[in-house]
Amino acid sequence: MTDTAGTGRGPEKYFQPEIEKMDRESLEALQLERLKQTVARCYENIDFYKAAFDEAGITPGDINTLDDLQKLPFTTKQDMRDAYPFDLFAIPATDARVQRFHASSGTTGNATVVGYTQNDIDNWGDTFARAIAQVGGDEQSVLQVSYGYGLFTGGLGAHEGGIRMGSAIMPMSSGNTKRQVQMMRDMGADILACTPSYALLIADTAIDLGFDPAKDFKISGAICGAEPCSEGMRKEIEEKLGVTMVDIYGLSEVMGPGVSCECRYQNGLHVAEDHFIIEILDPQTLEPVPDGEYGEVVFTTLTKECSPLIRYRTRDISRILLGECECGRTLRRMDRIQGRTDDMLIIRGVNVFPSQFQEVLASFDELTSYYQIVLSNKGPLDHVVLKVETVPSFDFDEIRKIEALQKRIDAEIKSNLQVSVEVKVVEPKSIERSEGKARRVIDERVK
Amino acid sequence: MIDQITVFLENDKGRLAALCRTLGDAQINMHTLTLADTAQYGVARIIADSPTKAYEVLNNKGFRASLTKVFAIEIPDHAGSLANLMEALDKADINVEYAYCFASNNDAAIEVLRIDNHDEAEQVIAAAGFRVVKPKELYA
Repeated sequence: MTDTAGTGRGPEKYFQPEIEKMDRESLEALQLERLKQTVARCYENIDFYKAAFDEAGITPGDINTLDDLQKLPFTTKQDMRDAYPFDLFAIPATDARVQRFHASSGTTGNATVVGYTQNDIDNWGDTFARAIAQVGGDEQSVLQVSYGYGLFTGGLGAHEGGIRMGSAIMPMSSGNTKRQVQMMRDMGADILACTPSYALLIADTAIDLGFDPAKDFKISGAICGAEPCSEGMRKEIEEKLGVTMVDIYGLSEVMGPGVSCECRYQNGLHVAEDHFIIEILDPQTLEPVPDGEYGEVVFTTLTKECSPLIRYRTRDISRILLGECECGRTLRRMDRIQGRTDDMLIIRGVNVFPSQFQEVLASFDELTSYYQIVLSNKGPLDHVVLKVETVPSFDFDEIRKIEALQKRIDAEIKSNLQVSVEVKVVEPKSIERSEGKARRVIDERVK
Repeated sequence: MIDQITVFLENDKGRLAALCRTLGDAQINMHTLTLADTAQYGVARIIADSPTKAYEVLNNKGFRASLTKVFAIEIPDHAGSLANLMEALDKADINVEYAYCFASNNDAAIEVLRIDNHDEAEQVIAAAGFRVVKPKELYA
């Protein structure tokens, strides 16, 4: 493959091209075979699934096509909490095959615990190794892992990726940022794995120490996940460090980072479909939405031995991106996470997320980042007022400029979100400032 | 050119009063105030003493205020004189964004115009026989 303008750094690299570029028919056959195995493993070894299947009147023998997945019951975060610590394990925790545990933080209830066999760990490492290749890394790379090591899946997930790739690993964990910079330089790290906010802190610290990492360091790729990263923040990381930054997605319940990851074209995250089936469902009806439309992301694991999951509802909102990716991978792409189902608004029957408003508003230089959505009833219809503030440099002395701005915002919202809003330019003080999470939505509709 | 203070106001009870009180408390005397209103908001345009101070006071009090350069032009206070000025600008293809007028003392009125093409406008105004008023003639 020849290089394409703008992406730099030579031809596309693959870690497992036979999987990553597999034709869809073969991939779906592989998925079906593995789905049958997973369903049988769950039914035979996990009481929760046995009971749920029985209640739904389903047996493993009823799964004959990939579409039959829709007959199966869901698993929720609460189910996982209730199963604390080992009730969703398909292999007893004391069994020699179980090699490791990871757990979510449990800040909002019981932690969710997952177990891994050596195969599970190897498969996980493979998915992260693909990410390393996706930013141009290979077995000669020096991988700096600056995610926290521990029960959190970030650090060890990236570490396993380095092992499977055969890269030299710097197991830095997070913290001691000056030392991170020093080691990045001295050991010639070319790939960085950490959260986007930590990547930015490392970059800023390097610059404060008098370096220009974009010129002076070998670092050329960053694999960042575990928290949201705006396009503006991505650009900043890329410019300051001189890297291509890809967004990696994963959640500890399903596996950890590597469930999906962007390639260097940065247009959606390729899902590791040999290990997971992704579904996008309407969060109200739980019916599949057409490709390209937003809904709740639901995963079924295909290869996990210790902690398999059937139709796990992530509450994350995304969509399947249509079309083929320039990188040559046939693994389908999910969009970057748009928000959580908890944040979803239904306006005149259309599902929208505050983050979608934010994305549109961010494209207007005339506006500050403060906004508020006020929902009310106007007769039988929902009425949406979108309050925005202009930046101090905006020339509101000419009223037609305010009106033109309102019209442009309205048109952009309509074309992106399919909802019509009343744009209201407000005085600076009217949208409340908050130190924590801003209150973006006020719903005054009669329920 | 003089400095006009422009303030963005929501159509909300008491906002205009709050604006005037804020300037009053800062001992800033207003010479004119015009309000352009729409269904949602209003834009107040003010000529006052110490415009820079007024601008700072208002922004510190949470108003969205800006300073805009506008022309203040002395007009003989009799029928037809404003028409003469406007025709001269029109002939020169100079666009007037908005205009308002206030009578001062003697036999002259002051016409305030927002025109973006400053240099050319200045020549056309002078050639038409009108005098551009200096800031110190209007405010302290």
